[in-house]
Amino acid sequence: MMELVLTVTAVVLSLAAAGAIVRIARGPSLLDRVLAADVLLAILGAALCIDMAVNRHLNNLMLLVAVSIIGFIGSVTVARFVADRRGQTNES
Amino acid sequence: MNPDASTVDTVIDAVSAVFMIVGAVMSLAAAIGLLRFPDLMSRMHSATKPQVLGLFLLLAAVGLQLRTWWVWPVLLVAWIFQLLTVPVSAHMVGRAGYRTKHLHKELLSSDELEAVVLKAAQAARDAEPDGGNRAAG
Repeated sequence: MMELVLTVTAVVLSLAAAGAIVRIARGPSLLDRVLAADVLLAILGAALCIDMAVNRHLNNLMLLVAVSIIGFIGSVTVARFVADRRGQTNES
Repeated sequence: MNPDASTVDTVIDAVSAVFMIVGAVMSLAAAIGLLRFPDLMSRMHSATKPQVLGLFLLLAAVGLQLRTWWVWPVLLVAWIFQLLTVPVSAHMVGRAGYRTKHLHKELLSSDELEAVVLKAAQAARDAEPDGGNRAAG
């Protein structure tokens, strides 16, 4: 049964990652791309979790926490940067 | 009232399989929402699904598959960490998106931030009488 679950989740997560990558490529604004990159990191974390569950180990847990730290720092930094730059160019 | 071990094993396997598939479908729902929703705010709404509920379901599947009690606090810490960071980054992205006009105003049912933003812009303009070109509205 675990092989079936692994196949189904692999297909679903691949489709989801493809959708997020399409939004990164097409996204009209920088914030859309940041949001899609955040979703891509969440999909990566989901894949790590499924690997841990199917193969019954805990090796990826620290990597999962590191991925969520990277997503947090990245989106907060880019959001700050976008707010400052666009605010100046709009007013002047 | 005393089910044998293999039955319990099968039930736990089935529950964790359902958790894994539903958690993966959350990611797919987020991707579909990213592709089909019209503006940044509604895309943010769909993007939170795999970050909170999807991660919860998958970590629960990990805990069920490992069948030891001591992994549950570790998994809970990982999930709570995600719960603490996701609202902050979503707040920052939403704030930047509102201030740079990346939203469709006609899709909002109420806009409680507009008065605050206008007041802050007015205060910044009053504080800088020389044009105030750094006033981020």
